[in-house]
Amino acid sequence: MPADSIDVRYVAQLARIALTDEEVERFGAQLGNLLEHVNALAELDTDSVPATAQVIESHDAVRADVERPCLDREVVLAQAPQRQGGFFRVPRIIAE
Amino acid sequence: MFDERIERSAAQIAADVNAGRTSACEVAEATLAQVEAVEPRVGAYLTVLQAEARAHAARVDERVRAGERLPLAGVPLAVKDNMCLDGTRTTCGSKILEGWIAPYTATAVARMLQAGAVPIGKANCDEFAMGSSCENSALGVTRNPYDLTRVPGGSSGGSAAAVAAYEAAIGLGSDTGGSIREPGAFCNLVGFKPTYGRVSRYGLIAFASSLDQIGPLTRTVEDAALAYDAMSGHDPMDATSVDRPVESAAGSLRADLRGLRVGIVREFQTGALGAQADAIYRDAYRDLERLGAELVEVSLPTAGYGLATYYLIAPAECSSNLSRFDGVRYGLRVEGKDVREMYDRTRAAGFGPEVKRRILIGAHALSSGYYDAYYVRAQKARTLIARDFATAFASCDLIACPAASCPAFEFAAKSDPYSMYLMDFYTIPMSLAGLPALSVPCGWTTPEGGRRPMPIGLQLCAPLFAERLLLGAAHAYEQATHHAQAHPPALDEVPA
Amino acid sequence: MIGAYEAVIGIECHVELTTATKMFCGCPNSFGGEPNTNVCPVCLGMPGALPVPNARALEAIVTTGLALGAEIPSFSKFDRKNYFYPDMPKDYQISQYDAPLTQGGSVPYRLEDGTRKACRLTRIHLEEDTGKSSHAGSGDGRIAGSSYTLLDFNRAGVPLMECVSEPDIRSAAEAVAFLESLRRTLLALGVSDVKMEEGSLRCDANVSVRPAGTAELGTKTEIKNMNSFRSVERAIESEIERQIQILTSGGRVVQETRGWDEVKGVTHSMRSKEQAHDYRYFPDPDLVPLTISREDVERLRAALPELPWQRFERYTQTFGLGEMQAEQLLDNLPLASYYDRVVSIGGNPQRASTFVLGDLSRLANERGVAVSDSKVAPEHVAELAALVEAKTINSKIAKELLARMWDGGGSPKAMVESEGLAQTSDPSAVEHFVDEVLSGNENVVADYKAGKTNVLGFLVGQVMKASRGKADPALVNELVKKKLS
Repeated sequence: MPADSIDVRYVAQLARIALTDEEVERFGAQLGNLLEHVNALAELDTDSVPATAQVIESHDAVRADVERPCLDREVVLAQAPQRQGGFFRVPRIIAE
Repeated sequence: MFDERIERSAAQIAADVNAGRTSACEVAEATLAQVEAVEPRVGAYLTVLQAEARAHAARVDERVRAGERLPLAGVPLAVKDNMCLDGTRTTCGSKILEGWIAPYTATAVARMLQAGAVPIGKANCDEFAMGSSCENSALGVTRNPYDLTRVPGGSSGGSAAAVAAYEAAIGLGSDTGGSIREPGAFCNLVGFKPTYGRVSRYGLIAFASSLDQIGPLTRTVEDAALAYDAMSGHDPMDATSVDRPVESAAGSLRADLRGLRVGIVREFQTGALGAQADAIYRDAYRDLERLGAELVEVSLPTAGYGLATYYLIAPAECSSNLSRFDGVRYGLRVEGKDVREMYDRTRAAGFGPEVKRRILIGAHALSSGYYDAYYVRAQKARTLIARDFATAFASCDLIACPAASCPAFEFAAKSDPYSMYLMDFYTIPMSLAGLPALSVPCGWTTPEGGRRPMPIGLQLCAPLFAERLLLGAAHAYEQATHHAQAHPPALDEVPA
Repeated sequence: MIGAYEAVIGIECHVELTTATKMFCGCPNSFGGEPNTNVCPVCLGMPGALPVPNARALEAIVTTGLALGAEIPSFSKFDRKNYFYPDMPKDYQISQYDAPLTQGGSVPYRLEDGTRKACRLTRIHLEEDTGKSSHAGSGDGRIAGSSYTLLDFNRAGVPLMECVSEPDIRSAAEAVAFLESLRRTLLALGVSDVKMEEGSLRCDANVSVRPAGTAELGTKTEIKNMNSFRSVERAIESEIERQIQILTSGGRVVQETRGWDEVKGVTHSMRSKEQAHDYRYFPDPDLVPLTISREDVERLRAALPELPWQRFERYTQTFGLGEMQAEQLLDNLPLASYYDRVVSIGGNPQRASTFVLGDLSRLANERGVAVSDSKVAPEHVAELAALVEAKTINSKIAKELLARMWDGGGSPKAMVESEGLAQTSDPSAVEHFVDEVLSGNENVVADYKAGKTNVLGFLVGQVMKASRGKADPALVNELVKKKLS
């Protein structure tokens, strides 16, 4: 049985959201409460049940290899938080 | 000046415009006047589309003059702000998209416009469609037109309020766990969620991909059927949209329910809703019987696990869907010394608490070590719930049950997140199974401490792809009971 | 291997497919172009956009799998690989996790000494490429020391096949042979233009060493940033040497990712500790599963073109060409097609290869025009080969004719007839020339009889000259020798 707690800091790091200490605590409690309710699922006998892959049976929705119009670059870059010439610009990436 | 044209149903408006008795421009002007008059109190719209409304209305009038007969000619339309409309501000009720202008139009919206609808505004919603009261919107407050001290429901609260306050005749909403049906119930409207895959999701900003569906909020079932006919159908831009022909629902409205069996869910008869509500639902079921339906008891033994199932699957999907809001290509950016800090700060500032909670629990459910115990197990529970419905539908044609756990509540009444999640208790199971379902007004109750009667919604649910049956039956019930007409919205009030 | 140690190498490649459009949207799949002009809501990861898979890309990967002997399952799906990076428009990549479109298979290749080997494949799966980042401010384009990054999403969404091999490779040279074979196969299938310099083939190598003769695997490192086959070879060699040095001096190899530095000729550590990403893979709910029918598989299998190793067999076994010649043709598909055409018309395979790979290829290099684009029709090459086989003309005349055909096209048979270039094979006519030369070069004849047999060449040459090149050289040789004995 999974624990009723969630490592909020770890998950916030995965989700790339900076949290205050207060939020870590508050969300920890609220989500812990949710997890308690969620753990009720363990009561169900799901051993021989397949996971729902999709709600509606369908497969092979594909498209032909045919071109469609692109967006105008000015439209695309007009709302870029930061642009440089024809590029999007972001702060430096820290090499890991 | 209150123009009674705006109280008309979409069907009536379209008929009038097509027949030349009124013009789309006149309807648009009347609606915009209403918007101006009531918005300070209702707050349904985040963006009013005055110029677009006039331009679209003028084009509709041109087309009608040229001989076209448009199913939704001149019908004023509210578009939930999580749907892209080219050139309009599209915010999802979030600071992270506060100024974003969509560069394309959602397929469902385009089809409505093609059918003659006129966009009046982008409607407020809970942030990224996460919520049941519209209180999670970071950009505005929407009030219930039937009692301005109460919430309109959510997440499609703005679309519901707009239609209830005559600021539109059709509202486009999206329903993931009940976000059309519940505000429909709260605002005395028909709120209809088609079968998953019936309406294209292209251009609907995703919350939970395997659950989201666009659907209409209207004042009559006939209007919902007209909207459904216009918006639904396969879309090659959406791989999950179903490639099945759509048979007209507006052409299949019924006068009675003879020959139909309606299932009443044993597990929902708990008395949890209180005496008043219980009585109203009992009356509603009896009305169905009077219309010729045979009531049968059905069982949905796993439905009670719907909330637990939903609150793992939906957050898991949304935690991934919302990753793209990172400050790189569009939307809010909060600067940082490096990209990582930019991500962390942007998303901290841009997302509200409910969105953060769901992203966190969702990432947790997918993370290494927890994936099987949470996400996979939830998808298995989902299979069980879908099977329950399939079994139930072997002995009935429709299922009837409450649309919401209570009528519209006061602002800040459900401050604990879990108590808010309970609002969707009755609507979530149908979403998990992908079934078509709607809410239709079935009575009024004055909540404890309430100032006036508030509407109650009856939920009807049909098997997969049985929209015609569903809408047809709802129409019969509506025409025999007319509950919606019992009380007008309280638009002359000043909010507390 | 180097003395006491054996290298164990696996290769991971990313191959960009040459479909007309991207993997999940209709933007053109083309190289180059002004930044951010080849984009749409889908490949930019805009709110509300949805992916729809490219059917042609699905066929390409199944075809590739079939060519390499892989298993094609009846069911496959796409999964999301979640991580944040600025060149990832959705901050997740649509990829395949546990149900890839092909499983197993192998890539055959030949070592320099002719030994045949094969490296098994684990799997090949389909995914979408990321955008391109350029790191500015550091002076060398590297991340370290850069102050900002520019992003171009033209490449985002291009279809990629990721091929993962088993660690069956045992040397840097083998790794290159493996890559050559893979590359040729993909070219023959027409699914990619596999140009490392353009990024349509990218590869990483997993390298470890172990004492020769042992079975347990050593600690492996992942080598990245190799931009050519030569780089791959040098990088792997360098890494093998580095690891052996560590082990022989009593140290332990650290499991890490290392980047190849082309200039310095060494690998350097890219991460101080192995960072495990929690990718939170789950089936992409915006996509539906893929079914691959056995009919489709058989249809694609039947449509497979001749594969490189099949071609190699045909050239060496059936046509009797040398291995180097066969390799030359394998490396140049248009040339090989041209050659095949000549042979199919009836040209003798070996003669045709001399003309095509020798004279014509040389002319092609000099003039900067491909053989297959030249004025020389394959039919005429076949004709020329027939003329030489019939001894109607000798090979020297043939060479001259080829040069003239290159410049102006035309049928060699017609030229021979109209200009009377047919060589003289009539013994009496040739004998006449032989007698003439021998009588005119008495002192050379005397030298030959005195033992200087190497002057034979001179005498034969003189006869050829006297006959204006038309005498059959073999016959001349025979007659001169006879008359001098």
